[in-house]
Amino acid sequence: MDEQSAAYWKRNVKLVSVLIAIWFIVSYGFGILFVDALNSIEIAGFQLGFWFAQQGSIYVFVALIFVYVAKMNKLDREFGVREDD
Amino acid sequence: MDLTTLTYIAVGLSFALYIGIAIWAKASTTGEFYVAGKGVNPVVNGMATAADWMSAASFISMAGLIAFLGYGGSVYLMGWTGGYCLLAMLLAPYLRKYGKFTVPEFIGDRYYSKAARIVAVICLIFISFTYVAGQMRGVGIVFSRFLEVEILTGLIVGMGIVFIYAVLGGMKGITYTQVAQYCVLIVAYTIPAIFIAFQLTGNPLPQLAFGSTVNGTGEFMLDRLNQVVTELGFLEYTTTSKSTIDIFAITLALMVGTAGLPHVIVRFFTVPKVRDARSSAGWALVFIALLYTTAPAVGAMARLNLTETIQTGEVGAEDGNLVFEERPDWMKRWEATGLLKFEDKNGDGRIQYYNDANAEFAAKAAEFGWQGNELSVDRDIMVLANPEIAQLPNWVIALVAAGGIAAALSTAAGLLLVISSGVSHDILKGTFTPNMTEGQELMAGRIAAAVAILIAGYLGYNPPGFVAQVVAFAFGLAASSLFPVIIMGIFSKKVNREGAIAGMLTGLVFTMGYILAYKGVFFDPIIANTPENWLFGISPEGIGAVGMVLNFIVAFAVSKVTAEPPEHIQVMIEDIRVPKGAGSAVDH
Repeated sequence: MDEQSAAYWKRNVKLVSVLIAIWFIVSYGFGILFVDALNSIEIAGFQLGFWFAQQGSIYVFVALIFVYVAKMNKLDREFGVREDD
Repeated sequence: MDLTTLTYIAVGLSFALYIGIAIWAKASTTGEFYVAGKGVNPVVNGMATAADWMSAASFISMAGLIAFLGYGGSVYLMGWTGGYCLLAMLLAPYLRKYGKFTVPEFIGDRYYSKAARIVAVICLIFISFTYVAGQMRGVGIVFSRFLEVEILTGLIVGMGIVFIYAVLGGMKGITYTQVAQYCVLIVAYTIPAIFIAFQLTGNPLPQLAFGSTVNGTGEFMLDRLNQVVTELGFLEYTTTSKSTIDIFAITLALMVGTAGLPHVIVRFFTVPKVRDARSSAGWALVFIALLYTTAPAVGAMARLNLTETIQTGEVGAEDGNLVFEERPDWMKRWEATGLLKFEDKNGDGRIQYYNDANAEFAAKAAEFGWQGNELSVDRDIMVLANPEIAQLPNWVIALVAAGGIAAALSTAAGLLLVISSGVSHDILKGTFTPNMTEGQELMAGRIAAAVAILIAGYLGYNPPGFVAQVVAFAFGLAASSLFPVIIMGIFSKKVNREGAIAGMLTGLVFTMGYILAYKGVFFDPIIANTPENWLFGISPEGIGAVGMVLNFIVAFAVSKVTAEPPEHIQVMIEDIRVPKGAGSAVDH
């Protein structure tokens, strides 16, 4: 693997690691492991832990994918590996 | 117009639409048959993926499950959406770059092994048939309730429709019918939810109504629900009786299982570019989230509506319960199907609905003169009965029927296609008869699809007693066999043929063995399926998560002590990691 591709792959893996960490925290963290603690906070009719488990985590999942898409498109251009350039 | 006529019109129009699309999108090459010629717009593919993914279980059963499980139902909500993040970031773009037709084909190429490909095909076929039986059952139920025909007639009609567009149109036909089916099912799902949310809270958006105050009380809906159900001896709605580790494991198994399901993965083979595969997963989740964020609201509102319909006054008061003769019409209609039952155990002519398994509350109930819970409600009717509960016009009920059928057919078609491509492309062309012409392979694919439809129809009509239990199988196997080898195939250059085969077999045997031991399936369970007996307190539903971890460990360990993958495989891995030059990997 040449240096360019190795650097591209490294940046890709780093980005994905950060996003997967957030993915884990909102669902397994807020929605499952710390659900009882968060449930003591009530906002707008929802216990917070319950809200993350049944609503919030899904919204965050959607946002994470679109952040990934935008960042990867930028990275592709930066390294000149976008398909039709 | 009466309900039956309207339902015939709604279902008939939707069928005409699907057939029209099938004729317009007829597949003429294997590329079109397997992957729609790789020319599907990413947003369109997102919509098709959403319909492919959301099955009869999502449409008909999930909100009802959540209604009775409360917080415990969160495993389905997170588990069946979170996998799309894994798909978008860890699988879809690289598999699209790889650029061929099927998931077993990737596994076979990456691990330079026909044996690995065959193991993967066997997993794929087992997973997909398990799943498809449930879909055909769903079609039968909707037909028998709404069109008042025999389940068998319903099944034959459903099979005929799928036959026309899957066999003729292949992936191309399926893609565009799935788009139409998504539109039908999402409209059918959200309209009743919006009406009920508005009636109950004054807020038409179910996602917000869920946290709003109930009309005329000033109490938040979830607070009120917690109070109403605990007064009848049930568990608080926002809590669960499951252990944290089990909730964790089930959610993980469902998420990873989603990302490892072949009929979902293959949808990302159909878009033109690597970056389309990434964004397409995002669009798929947007369309899925529309239903998945509505479902928990529907569940909570249905539970509150049902409980307050029965418990009209104070718990324990002589006139606190619904008089049987005054029960609403929708209850009478569903009684006819046997899915809702009432038995007047204490002979007072009123319905008591409470948790008689709760010993403490049962003792209290006995003081009121209650002699046991008198109402049994099948969870599956909550969504289908919703428009009737909210007293919506008949056309909405007809639409819900068409929506339920759309959800079941779209998933069934996607599953049948991966079964047929597994047979024609991986087993025949890839292994036993490599000299087939393209025309012969296309014909083999069509015949395999037709045979698969017949088997699926049979399984739908005579569901083996274990259909409900084997759903755990489908996700557990996808999570413990396919997902890890695909991920390792992309992210590690070290994992080799021996490692992958050993890993897949370990995950497969462990997960299957565990589920069989506790659930039986073909025989009586060997060990009683109770939390005290479970390994680490993890139920068979969640054991796929452990199987996945074992698969990773074994694959890495075996790869460490055997020869590294050959040079051309390392080049192939480097190639799929970079978007530019899509398709070049094919030449290796």
